[in-house]
Amino acid sequence: MKKILLNRDFILFSIILIILIAVGFANPLFVTPKSISDVLTDTSILIILALSQMIVILIRAIDLSVASNLALSGMLISLLSTVHPELPVYYFIALSCVIGTILGVLNGISIAILKVPFIVTTLGTLSIYRGLIYFVSDGKQVYSNEFSEDFLALIHVKFLSLSFLFWLAVVVFIVIYILLNHTRFGRNLYSLGGNPDAAKYIGINENKYIIMAYSLSGFFAGLCGYLWVARYSVASTQIAIGFELTVISACVVGGISVMGGVGTVLGCVLGALLIGLIRNALPAVDISQFWQLAISGAIILLAIIINTKTEQRKEKTIMVEN
Amino acid sequence: MKKLFLGIISSILFAFSANAADMRIALVVKGLGIGFFEAAAEGGEEAAKEIGGVEVIYTGPATTTAEAQIEVINSLIAQKVDAIAISANDRDALASIGKKAMDRGITVISWDSGIAEEGRVMNLDPSNTALIGSSNIKWMKNSMGDEGEFAILSATSQATNQNAWIEEMKKEHAKPEYSKMKWVDTVYGDDLFDKSYQEALGLFKKHPNLKGIIAPTSVGIVAAAKAVEDQGLVGKVFVTGLGLPSEMKAHVKSGAAIQFGIWNPIDLGYSAVYLSHQIATGAYTGQEGECIPTGRMGEICIGAGNNAAMADPFIFDASNIDKFAEIF
Repeated sequence: MKKILLNRDFILFSIILIILIAVGFANPLFVTPKSISDVLTDTSILIILALSQMIVILIRAIDLSVASNLALSGMLISLLSTVHPELPVYYFIALSCVIGTILGVLNGISIAILKVPFIVTTLGTLSIYRGLIYFVSDGKQVYSNEFSEDFLALIHVKFLSLSFLFWLAVVVFIVIYILLNHTRFGRNLYSLGGNPDAAKYIGINENKYIIMAYSLSGFFAGLCGYLWVARYSVASTQIAIGFELTVISACVVGGISVMGGVGTVLGCVLGALLIGLIRNALPAVDISQFWQLAISGAIILLAIIINTKTEQRKEKTIMVEN
Repeated sequence: MKKLFLGIISSILFAFSANAADMRIALVVKGLGIGFFEAAAEGGEEAAKEIGGVEVIYTGPATTTAEAQIEVINSLIAQKVDAIAISANDRDALASIGKKAMDRGITVISWDSGIAEEGRVMNLDPSNTALIGSSNIKWMKNSMGDEGEFAILSATSQATNQNAWIEEMKKEHAKPEYSKMKWVDTVYGDDLFDKSYQEALGLFKKHPNLKGIIAPTSVGIVAAAKAVEDQGLVGKVFVTGLGLPSEMKAHVKSGAAIQFGIWNPIDLGYSAVYLSHQIATGAYTGQEGECIPTGRMGEICIGAGNNAAMADPFIFDASNIDKFAEIF
């Protein structure tokens, strides 16, 4: 029993429930099934991106270019859809994923082969990919009436009164859960992040895993590129600007250690849900706008403190080398 | 004798008309290929046709930089145009080249985006703060009716222009005809689409009886309209504010927005050319306190710092959105 109570994921889940109840008291309209379903829909893209970011963070790296990647993939397929509205929506989704993956592979190659530090690489591609959006779009927007109906319809499909976006996030959750917990790929990622030297000694090819982790991050950024433009039915140079920080904070809140090798898929999803909940709840309660940013930061910090204090890292440094 | 007299008269008339046709006004924009400015050029041509004997040279750099604009103006000075009306990429960087042009006897005015006082005769703003503020409240009343709750969805909380407009909205809203319209909230979407969208959703939950949202930002107005549609609130919540017709077309069609506005680039180009002509002919000086007749735009009066404001923002609704969505 004590073990369950001290479980990080359980504590995070409790924090989410407490916030939900507190907001419910402040504004009962926020806790109706319809409203909860809105929050889940709104958080789905964040969940998908946080899960793919987790793969990268597990190997002691970070992908700062996800939001720019998302935006560039989204803009490219939006521009294509204005020229070829007759193409089926699956074509656009696949294309968006392919573009995203290529952009991700480029990150991976730069880090693994060219040995450019991941921060430098992804900080660079963050600007490059964003800059390319201006280049391809000429600074113009794609408006909602320029998309084909087919392009926008998929996002509004509902199943059991929950949105397509939500179910897609569930699928991604299951896929990544299996990938990280039940495949050799997943185990090797954890060991690479946990102890890179040992991992190399047992024959894990670090470069291969770096490139694969970044391509997966790119793949999901590409997927979210479609989801983002279809959901808001507008593609501009400003798509998802700054969203990479939201994604990374979702991972950190979810207990994914930036030191690598530690963190659960469930924790990551809960982290994203907590951030998504805060982003949606604060506008719905009567708190001065000027306080909201500070409050949201305080809640995130508090969640991390409670979360990390309750569970120590299993491995401890016994001896520090001189 | 009579024939000779007629000949002289006609040659004088001819000379006059030839003189008038020599008036060349350069309409310099921030960059070529931008819908807003193409529309302004259309207005400039309209003014030239109306005045008669005026040639409009529509020009601008390929890149929207001050350096590139300076080159353009240098070449216009070499061509000895009569007037330059410019929408500046940089308020201060263009002041010295503007002064140089004026020293050569060229009338220089700025419009849309001004240059510093020493570099031009006068500046024409698209609209003034008070007008924008009061218009927004009027559009809200026209959209939602004169009774019910409405809220503001602005850009960032420190945006100078937005805050000035909101202050003016408060003054307009204090008038008795809006007494039953209740201003319940002001929120900030930071000109980010996703944040504005979430703020709009938050407004629906915080104020279940909400009937209107004023978004004096082209990002916020689209995000609010999209949120109204996604939540199935079309016909219950109405969105208005400042937006571009091309971006708002779908939302006017859906009924999420009944009417909204922005300054009309056609009118702006028209006024810029008209004013340039009036000042270049010497009929007016373009100094503070003067009111200059500007064709179909009526009189434009010049205020402090030789600044003038064009007119009420232009209103868009279902009747004209298709036409203007093609333009900007």
